[in-house]
Amino acid sequence: MIEGFVALYIFMLAAFTGYEVISKVPVILHTPLMSGSNFVHGIVLVGTMVALGQAETGLQQLIGFVAVILAAGNAVGGYVVTERMLEMFKSSKGAK
Amino acid sequence: MSFIVNLAYFAAAVLFIIGLKQMASPVTARRGIIWAGWGMVIATVVTFLHPEVIGFVNYLLIIAGIGIGGGLAWYTGKRVPMTDMPQMIALYNGMGGGAAAGIGIVALMGSYTMNWTIQFIAVAGVIIGSVAFSGSLIAYGKLQGLIKKSLRFDMQQKINLGVLGATVLLGIIIGFSGAEVNGTLLFLFVLLALAFGVLMTIPIGGADMPVVISLYNALTGLAVGLKGLVLDNAALMIAGIVVGAAGTLLTQLMAKAMNRPLTNVLFSSFGETPSGEQEEVSGSMKEIEASDAGVMMAFANKVIIVPGYGMAVAQAQHKIWELTQLLQERDVQVKFAIHPVAGRMPGHMNVLLAEAGVPYDIIYDLDEINNEFKTADVAVVIGANDVVNPVARSNPESPIYGMPILNADEAHNVIVIKRGKGAGFSGVENHLFYADNTRMLYGDGQKVAGELIASIKEMG
Repeated sequence: MIEGFVALYIFMLAAFTGYEVISKVPVILHTPLMSGSNFVHGIVLVGTMVALGQAETGLQQLIGFVAVILAAGNAVGGYVVTERMLEMFKSSKGAK
Repeated sequence: MSFIVNLAYFAAAVLFIIGLKQMASPVTARRGIIWAGWGMVIATVVTFLHPEVIGFVNYLLIIAGIGIGGGLAWYTGKRVPMTDMPQMIALYNGMGGGAAAGIGIVALMGSYTMNWTIQFIAVAGVIIGSVAFSGSLIAYGKLQGLIKKSLRFDMQQKINLGVLGATVLLGIIIGFSGAEVNGTLLFLFVLLALAFGVLMTIPIGGADMPVVISLYNALTGLAVGLKGLVLDNAALMIAGIVVGAAGTLLTQLMAKAMNRPLTNVLFSSFGETPSGEQEEVSGSMKEIEASDAGVMMAFANKVIIVPGYGMAVAQAQHKIWELTQLLQERDVQVKFAIHPVAGRMPGHMNVLLAEAGVPYDIIYDLDEINNEFKTADVAVVIGANDVVNPVARSNPESPIYGMPILNADEAHNVIVIKRGKGAGFSGVENHLFYADNTRMLYGDGQKVAGELIASIKEMG
C-alpha cells in the first residue's frame, strides 16, 4: 500500500515533472506531443487489466472487458499516430 | 512476483518520462515515442504476472480485449490522414477516459471494503474519466463533421451546473456507502457524469476544439492518476499525473495563444454570435492573377508563407512545398510562419508541412519570425485569416483584439490565397484583405499553388 503522504509526494513530483518536460517544447511539436502524452496515459491499460483480473461477477467482467478494449485502443492508437507524425519530421541539413 | 512487477512498472515510468523529454526536440522526438512504447510493452506484459489478476476466464478476456481494442486502433491509426489527426487523438483520448472510468466502476462494485479516502478518489476518477470520455466523443463528432451544429439553448449554463451538481451529490452518497454501493445509484451516477461531458462540449465551436481536446487529454491523465491511487499502482499514478500536468500546461499555452482565458472558451459562445462594433472597412479588395503573383514571388529576395487550416482542407501542402523548392532554386529565401493556433491543434500545421516534406528548420514560430515581415518582399497567406488580421492590434472593440497575430501586413507585398470572400472563424472582417499592399488570389489552394508553379516554370 502506498501510504497517503507518500502518494501525495508522488503526485506532486510527477506534476512538476510533467510541467517541466513540456515547458521547453517548441510549438512545432505540440501536436505530436499532445498525441504522445495521450499515448502515455494509455498506461490505464495496466489498470484495466488488474480491474478485470479481480472481477467477480459477470457485470464486473463485462465492464472490465469493455475497459480493456478502450484502454488498448488508447495505447495502440496513441502510439501509431504519434509515431507516424514524428517519422515525418526532417531537417533540411539532410539528417534522415 | 510482486517485486518483478513493481520493478517493471518503475522501469516503465522512467521510460515514459525520458520518452516525453525526448519528444521535446525534433531531433530526438522519434526515439522518444519508441522508448515510451517499450515502457508500455514492458508494463503490459508484466501485468499478466500481477498477483491480483486471477481466474482463467479473466485472463482470456484480457487477451481478447487487448486484441480487439489494439487491433482496431492499429488499423484506424495507420490509415487516418494527417488532416484528420486532431479528431483521431480526441477519439483515442476518449477511450482512455472511458477505461479509467471503467476501472473506478468495477472497483466501486467490488465487495471488498475500501478506505473512505480511496473510495472518494475512485468516485472522482469516475466523474473525470466519464466526462473526458463523452466529451472527447463529442469533440470527435464535431471535428469529423458528424455533429454540425453547436447546440445552444436557454438556461444552458444553469442546466449544466445542475447536472454537475447532481453528479457530485450522487458521487458523495456513493463515496459514503462503503462496500454496499447501490447498483442503481451507481448506474445513475455514471449516466449523469457522461451527460455532463456531452452538455459541456456540445455548445463549443469548432475553432475552440483544440483547446478542448487538450483539456480532455489532461483530464484523462488526471483520471488515470487517481485510478493509480485506487489500484495502488505507481506506474498509473506517475504516468497519469505527468500527463495531467503536461496537458494542463499545453491547454494554457493554447488558450493564451488565442488570447482567451480558458473559462471563456468553455462558457461563452465565440464565433457564432459576433459581438462588438465592427469598424467600417475602407478601401477595396484587389484581385491578382496567378501568373502575376508567380512573377512577384520569383523576383523576390525573401518570401514568407503563412499557412492556415484552409491549406490543409485544400490539401495544398505538397504543392506549396514544390513551389518553395522552385523558389529556392532561384535563390529566393523562403520561410514558413506558423501561428500557434493555426490548424485544428497547435502544431497541426507543422505536421502537415512535415508530411509534405518541408524541413522543420525553415518553419518558424510567431515570436521568431514576426520582426522579419518588415524585410520580406512577399508574404503569402494561404488559407489563414484571423491569425493575420491587423484588427487584433488596432481595434479594442473587436472580439479578437489582443490576440497575438502574424504581422503579414508589414511585408512589402501580401498575396492572400483564399477560396471565397467570407470572414474567418471569428466572423470578423479582415482588414488585411483591404490593405493597399494586399492582392487577393481567389481559388482552391491546391489549384492556385499549381498555377503559381506553372507560371514560375514558364519563366525558366
